[in-house]
Amino acid sequence: MELTGAEIFVRSLKEEGVDYIFGYPGGAVLHIYDALYQQQDVQHILVRHEQAATHAADGYARSTGKPGVVIVTSGPGATNAVTGIATAFMDSIPLVVFTGQVPTHLIGNDAFQEADNIGITRPCVKHNFLVKDVTRLAETIKKAFYVATTGRPGPVVVDIPKDITAEKAEFRYPDKVSMRSYNPVHIGHAGQIKRAVKLMRGARRPILYTGGGVILGNASEPLTELARIMNFPVTNTLMGLGAYPATDPLFVGMLGMHGTYEANMAMHHCDVLVAVGARFDDRVTGHIEKFCPNAKIIHIDIDPASISKNVKVDVPIVGCVGNVLRVMLDEIKSNDVRSDAAALKDWWQQIDEWRSKDCLKYDRDSDTIKPQFVLETLYRLTKGEAFVTSDVGQHQMWAAQFYKFDKPRRWINSGGLGTMGFGLPAAMGVQFAHPDATVACVTGEGSIQMCIQELSTCTQYSLPIKIINLNNGYLGMVRQWQEFFYQKRYAMSYMESLPDFVKLAESYGHVGMQITRTGDVEGALIEMLKLKDRLVFMDFLTDREENVYPMIPAGGGQNEMILV
Amino acid sequence: MENEAGALSRVAGLFSARGYNIESLTVAPTEDPSLSRMTLVTRGTDEIIEQITKQLNKLIDVVKLMDMTEGPHIEREMMLVKVQAQGERRNELKRISDIFRGRIIDVTDETYTIELTGAGDKLDAFLQALDKGVIIEVVRSGVSGIARGDRSLVL
Repeated sequence: MELTGAEIFVRSLKEEGVDYIFGYPGGAVLHIYDALYQQQDVQHILVRHEQAATHAADGYARSTGKPGVVIVTSGPGATNAVTGIATAFMDSIPLVVFTGQVPTHLIGNDAFQEADNIGITRPCVKHNFLVKDVTRLAETIKKAFYVATTGRPGPVVVDIPKDITAEKAEFRYPDKVSMRSYNPVHIGHAGQIKRAVKLMRGARRPILYTGGGVILGNASEPLTELARIMNFPVTNTLMGLGAYPATDPLFVGMLGMHGTYEANMAMHHCDVLVAVGARFDDRVTGHIEKFCPNAKIIHIDIDPASISKNVKVDVPIVGCVGNVLRVMLDEIKSNDVRSDAAALKDWWQQIDEWRSKDCLKYDRDSDTIKPQFVLETLYRLTKGEAFVTSDVGQHQMWAAQFYKFDKPRRWINSGGLGTMGFGLPAAMGVQFAHPDATVACVTGEGSIQMCIQELSTCTQYSLPIKIINLNNGYLGMVRQWQEFFYQKRYAMSYMESLPDFVKLAESYGHVGMQITRTGDVEGALIEMLKLKDRLVFMDFLTDREENVYPMIPAGGGQNEMILV
Repeated sequence: MENEAGALSRVAGLFSARGYNIESLTVAPTEDPSLSRMTLVTRGTDEIIEQITKQLNKLIDVVKLMDMTEGPHIEREMMLVKVQAQGERRNELKRISDIFRGRIIDVTDETYTIELTGAGDKLDAFLQALDKGVIIEVVRSGVSGIARGDRSLVL
């Protein structure tokens, strides 16, 4: 039987096992919305702004490992989605974003709500497709999901002109995809893996530097086993938090610009660096010339273009990190490879000495609320089991430092693009995927206002998200840089007319609380957690000029940190 | 690469987004109409060329890629030059064109149009050999490249 393009669209989503699609209707996608209306398999979630649709799908994807799915209309619907697409692209998150397009015969005509969606999204997608023939719609959707979720994942845009959704074709969903120009590598090179193991065996000051790729590749288990067998210290990037249990003694904390002293010092002094699913981002390396001056570098990554991009490596291994680590473990076990125990004893002694600096210390006796204290208390009260999303800025760094993630996919933040406004919509996606879990959105009064309209979506779907607003009345990270590097000239980092967040939350039907004293923090958080089925907006008025430490200033090496 | 709308702009977009420079670019469908062949000339250190190669390979539309400069290869460029050709200049221009193995492909009372094929430096040399004043218009194709010997870029 022939189906319309819109029906083919919905049936294809069902074939892909899509349970939620986040979106916003409009003229070009009305046929599709009509088809969505007439079925129950795929639930559509109506957001309040298309940016939020992409972030929500992104949060869904990060917390489940399944692709996030979005539908928006042509023109402004698609352009509003671009920030979320770029966010997913920078962090390699699998999204399939369907954009409406004006009818085929009007393309290029400056038609109403027309934008060149393919052109606009090209630099921030893994790939995009314009569907020009209804007989190829199903196959294109299959390819889109395949490309988004395999290899190094990423967002894929499918642009569908309105006439295609009305035309009819026989529906046949392909079982398999084959694309001659796209064949992601899975297995690492055996010889290179042997070389890597040899280097690791001889290492005297090794460190495992692991990133978001471990989470995307579901490789936490082999990574943990490898670290324990070899007794190697592990540091995670911002994107990798949770890939290795943060409460494990081998974990030395996050590295990079606001990483721990021990992680950055261990990086700087290591002789063998094992990078796993990490990409030597500038926020991690600091000044590239001063990066790991004495290290032999092993780099495992699924994307060959990430290898030797910023830092030349000695042993490149292209492949799925999970596969490569398992082969590495086999190699180690079958040959009874042991690390250099005597050297490692000295190395750990050195690391413990760095640790004793207690680089994350802050004033615990302050009556003014310290943001670190709020997050530490949140961690304690949720027993580290919450899903934590964040926006971007100081609060993000404090969350990364003070919430100890023992499991992957619990820490959801925009690392690469650094998108303010990400936290609340991402939390919505996480909450849909995990309806019974505690989902906390750690944010600030700057970031939360970038997607605050989503409080309305949370009302519509009764999402019991816990918003931890660390309100210091400043765009804190901007202010911190202005304090350090611009002689305290606080240009535009202050907003004079903040809303009353409690009343604002209440006006949407949520619970709001304002907390102004350290002594009230714990009690308020306990009360918040008791309100299991309500969204609670916690407005913490925190120390206004608290800074994030440690900090590697721009141009500094990893051993050149500013400490408290 | 796939002979698809947008494939070319993916390549061009990659170069501009990552700050690489395209010196020349030639692209046309092959004997298999689903494929196009592109010859792109760029310049950079070994590290940059390696990164460009990897980034191009990542593009879904790129089927196969080969760095011609890794082995002996032939580069050819085609040029059409329209020149002022009046009076005694006509003979002189014909002679220079012959020396460079050019062909005069269009003639009017006042102009010649000369076709010339060769490596870029040969075309440059030809332009230098002409009096500056006589050149009306120059159009160059960009380089097409092919490996020498057994090496080939086929599927």
